[in-house]
Amino acid sequence: MTEEKVFKNYPHKHLLGIEGLLPDSINYLINLSKKYANYLEDNNQKLDDLKNKTCINLFFENSTRTRTSFELAGKKLGADMLNISVGTSSIKKGETLIDTAMTLNAMQPDLIVVRHNDAGAVKLLSEKVNCGVINAGDGPHEHPTQALLDSLTILRRKKTISGLKVAICGDIIHSRVARSNIHLLNTLGAEVRVIGPATLIPKEIESMGVKVFYKMKEGLKDVDVIIMLRLQLERMSGSFVPSIREYFRYYGLNNEKLNYAQPDALVLHPGPMNRGVEIDSELADDLDRSAIFEQVQMGVAVRMACLKALIKDK
Amino acid sequence: MNLKIPFDNSKLPINYLLKNGSIIDPDKNTIEKKDVLIEGKIIKALKKNISVDEKKFKIIDCNNFFISPGIVDMRVNIGEPGFEHKETIKSACKAAASGGVTSIVCMPNTYPAIDQPAIIQSIQRKAREVSLSKVFCTGCITRGAEGNEICELQLMREFGALGFTDGNKSVSNARVMKRALNYAKSFDGLIIQHAEEPELSRGGMVNEGEFATRMGLTGIPNYSEAMIIERDLWLVRDTKCRYHVSHISTKESVEIIRKAKKDGLPITCDTAPPYFMLNELSLENYRTFSKLSPPLRTEEDRNNIINGILDGTIDVIVSDHTPHDQDAKRLPFNQAEFGGVGLETLLPMTLNLVRNNKLSLIKAISLITKNPSEILGLKTGRISPDSEADLIVFDLEKPWKINSENFHSKSKNSPFDNILVQGKNLMTFVRGRLVYKS
Repeated sequence: MTEEKVFKNYPHKHLLGIEGLLPDSINYLINLSKKYANYLEDNNQKLDDLKNKTCINLFFENSTRTRTSFELAGKKLGADMLNISVGTSSIKKGETLIDTAMTLNAMQPDLIVVRHNDAGAVKLLSEKVNCGVINAGDGPHEHPTQALLDSLTILRRKKTISGLKVAICGDIIHSRVARSNIHLLNTLGAEVRVIGPATLIPKEIESMGVKVFYKMKEGLKDVDVIIMLRLQLERMSGSFVPSIREYFRYYGLNNEKLNYAQPDALVLHPGPMNRGVEIDSELADDLDRSAIFEQVQMGVAVRMACLKALIKDK
Repeated sequence: MNLKIPFDNSKLPINYLLKNGSIIDPDKNTIEKKDVLIEGKIIKALKKNISVDEKKFKIIDCNNFFISPGIVDMRVNIGEPGFEHKETIKSACKAAASGGVTSIVCMPNTYPAIDQPAIIQSIQRKAREVSLSKVFCTGCITRGAEGNEICELQLMREFGALGFTDGNKSVSNARVMKRALNYAKSFDGLIIQHAEEPELSRGGMVNEGEFATRMGLTGIPNYSEAMIIERDLWLVRDTKCRYHVSHISTKESVEIIRKAKKDGLPITCDTAPPYFMLNELSLENYRTFSKLSPPLRTEEDRNNIINGILDGTIDVIVSDHTPHDQDAKRLPFNQAEFGGVGLETLLPMTLNLVRNNKLSLIKAISLITKNPSEILGLKTGRISPDSEADLIVFDLEKPWKINSENFHSKSKNSPFDNILVQGKNLMTFVRGRLVYKS
C-alpha cells in the first residue's frame, strides 16, 4: 500500500478523540479505512488481520449502530469480539468504573471499545488498562470514529476536504459528533460552520475554529457539505427548543433550505434520524444528495482500520 | 365637520385635508404649522397651503390644535378571549380610538393565554372585524405563562407577535429566562419582563413600608422589582438579547437601567402614568381602584420615575390598561384585583409632564409614539408623507375632568377618576379613516 509509506502508522496507544491528532495520524487512519472500504466492496470474505485477537465492546449507553458496526468490523478482521451489556453486568450492581476497568484488564484483551454517557469517562478507563482503548462516544465530548467515517464519506464524494465549506446543523451543544467533526475538519483544512438556535450552541464555540450562524439561510450559503445532527428529543422539556414543528420550520433541512447551499452539496447525518424533525423525509431518501447510508457502510471500514491500527503485535 | 358617527368604521374611503394644524414630528424633532393631505390610507402630502378640490376632500380646520402621530400603547390588557365581561376587543378598540391610541399592543395573559400562533390569528381576525385601532399581540414567553417551558416564539413572531412576555408575571426561573433570551436572540426577538420577584411579592398588596404597616396590609418590597432587573441584566449581558422592562415603578429600577444603558446593554423600559402621577397615599381609605401591580410607591420613587423620563432612561409611557369589572374591585382590599384602565387617560397624563415637569412637547409625544414603535419594530408612530395615516388631532390646553362614566372601555376602574386635567384628543385617524371625533 503506497499510502503507508507516507503515513507510517498510528503512533498512539488509544483513540480517545480527534483533538490533538496530527494530520498524518488522521490521514493514516482514513487511508487504511479506504483500503478496507475497497476490500469490502469487492469481497465478503473475512480477513485474518486480527486473528486470535480479543476485543471487548463495553457500552454503558444504549447503541445499536455503533456497537454493531464495531462488532462487524472486528469479525471481518477475524478478531474475537465480546459484547458486555451494561444492563446485566456487575456495573448495575454498583461497581465503579475503575473497578470495571481493572477487572476487564485482568482478562487481558487486546482492545476495549467504550461508550459512556459521561464526558471524560473513557479517558479515565483508559488510564487503568494495559491495552488500547477506542472511544465510541463519551457524553457530549468526542466520537472520533464517527468523525473519521464522515470524512471518509466526504472524501469519496468530494475527493478532498481542504477548502470545503462544511456546515454542522442543529443540536451542537449536546453533540459529541459535532465536536469531533469540528476538530477533524479543521485539521484537514475545511471551513467549518455551526448553525442552530442560540440555545443549542455552546458558549465560545468560536474558539474551536468555527463560525456561528443562527439562521439556516445565512449559514448554508455556498456550503459544500451539510452535517445534520439528531435533535435529542429528550431535551425538549429542558426548553432548549419550544416544539418540534417550530424546530423543523426553522432548522429542519428540506429541499428549500438545501437550495441555499451549493447545487451539489452533500448531506450527512450520523443517525438515528428523526424524520420530520431535523430532516425532511424525502430528502433523507434522496441518494444523490444524502450519503446517510453510505456513512453506515464507511462506518464498518473505519472501525476495521481503527481496530487494526490500535491492536499492535505483542 | 359634519360627521355624525362617533366611531366610523365604514369601509368607504374618504379623503381629508387637515388645515393649519401644528404638526408634531418626532422623527424630525419639529413642531410646524402645516396642512396634512390624507388620501385613502396614506398621508399624501405634508406641507403649507395645500389646496384641493373641495368636492373630493373633507377639509377640517385644525388651527389651534396639534396633530401628532397616533399613540402606540405597548401594554394593554384586552380581556378577550376569556374575560369578555371586563373588556372585549371591540370595547378596548373604542376606548383606544377615543384616547388617541391608534395601535394597541395586547398582553398575552388572556384565557387561553397567547402562547401559540392560532390565538394571535383569532385576535387579529376579531380586530379586523372591529376595524378601529390597530391591534398587535405579544406572545407568552412560557407555555400558559407558567414559567416552565418556552413557547413557539419564532412561529408566533411570524404570525405577528411583536415581543414576548409572561404579562403580569415574572419569569422567575433564571434558567428558563436565560434560555428564552438566548432563543429569542437567534431571531432578534424582544423579551419583555414584568419585574417582580414572585416569592418576595407573594401575598403582597401595596408598597412595603410605613404606609403598608399603618394600613395593616402585606407589603411588596420595592427591591423585588430591582432584583429581577439586576438578575436579568446578567443574562442580557451574556446573551445580548433585546430586553425591555415593563412598567417600572421604583427609584432603584431607574438607577439600574440608567447604568445598564450607559454600559451599552440592549435594554429599554417603560412606565405608566400612575407611577409618575400618584404615590401610595392615593390608596388611602383602602381605595381599590389604586391597587395596581406593581404597587404605587413612595413620593421619592415617583420623583425618580419623572427624572428617569426627563433624562431618557425611560423610553416609553404605556397605559398599562387593565380593565376590571365592579365585582373584581368592590371588595375588601386584599381580595380586589390589581390594575386600572388607562387607554383614555394616557394622552392627558403624558401631557401633564409637559405642563408640570418641563418635558418638551416633542419628547412627550415621542414617549408614546416613535419610541414604542421603534422598540417594537413597527412602521407606525410617525408622521411623514407616504406613511399610513395614523394620526391624532388634540387640544393641548383644553381643561376637563376625568369621569370614568364617560369611558368607552367596558370597565371603569381608573385610579384617575375625578382628576382635573388639561389636553384632550379630538380626532383619531387610523389608516386614513376618521375613527373617533369628540
